Amino acid sequence: MVKKLIIIITLVLLAIMLMPLITEVKPFENLSSVSQKYVHAGSEELGSQNLVTSVIVTYRGLDTLGEVAVLFIATAGIGFFLRRKPEEERKKTKASSLVQTGTAFLLPIIFLFGVYIFLHGHLTPGGGFQGGVVIASGILLLMLANVDTKINTNILYWVESVSGAFYIIIGIFGLVLAGGFLDNRILPLGEFGKLLSAGAIPIIYSLIGLKVGAELVGILNNMQRSQ
Amino acid sequence: MVTLFIIVLGIIMIVAAFVAIYQKNLLSAVVASGVISLLASIIYILLAAPDVAMTEAAIGSGLTTIVFLYALNKIRKIKAKK
Repeated sequence: MVKKLIIIITLVLLAIMLMPLITEVKPFENLSSVSQKYVHAGSEELGSQNLVTSVIVTYRGLDTLGEVAVLFIATAGIGFFLRRKPEEERKKTKASSLVQTGTAFLLPIIFLFGVYIFLHGHLTPGGGFQGGVVIASGILLLMLANVDTKINTNILYWVESVSGAFYIIIGIFGLVLAGGFLDNRILPLGEFGKLLSAGAIPIIYSLIGLKVGAELVGILNNMQRSQ
Repeated sequence: MVTLFIIVLGIIMIVAAFVAIYQKNLLSAVVASGVISLLASIIYILLAAPDVAMTEAAIGSGLTTIVFLYALNKIRKIKAKK
């Protein structure tokens, strides 16, 4: 009884606390000064056609680095806690030949699409994270179709560490050669709207894409091996 | 028109959320949570945020569902042993 009363009182207090969020929020009529600067000067300053990318990779580059680090820690944790079973213990049920043939046909296209998404991150919607996830989903399809697929974990670890290290190195280059950490103007901005433009953004996003893809494939590999 | 569409999608999302909570069959609950992410990504596209929509569709309804299914499979095997 007392317990229920305490719960009800807590809920009511929480509701009173959160009430202003509903009653007092008005829709924004103008962009804040920071957003205005991004919108008006962003495409000229950084040369990226997709404004979202220039915010994610350059203006808020440090946040993106943090996100990648969080993903890395999550992957490391999953690899640490899921014990691997010896190979003989796992039951192997084969997928139907329909799935296998479909995978052989679709896998190159999925990979190509993933690479396209992160290479064109500065021109079209999408970027490193999305491209990495698309590549990981391609590997997942491969795992589902051929149960005894072996992922070479050494290559995964190398791709992940090398791309992560180069990400940081490019960031430091930005600190030395241009305006600040992860500044993309260490390379010429190029012609607006072309593939090789927007300075270092395509390189950074490709590195993020490889890193995210390798990390997610690592997670899936660990989940599958531990069964 | 777009607002109406978003409201309808939102209602379906809430229904799917309740299914995910109260459904006894865990497999259906996992699929329902995937449906929530998929509808959320459609709403993001309608609100002109394709970048977020791609992430939501790929991670929310794709990879997370698969990871849940792997975990579910694992729990079943542990239960079957006992």
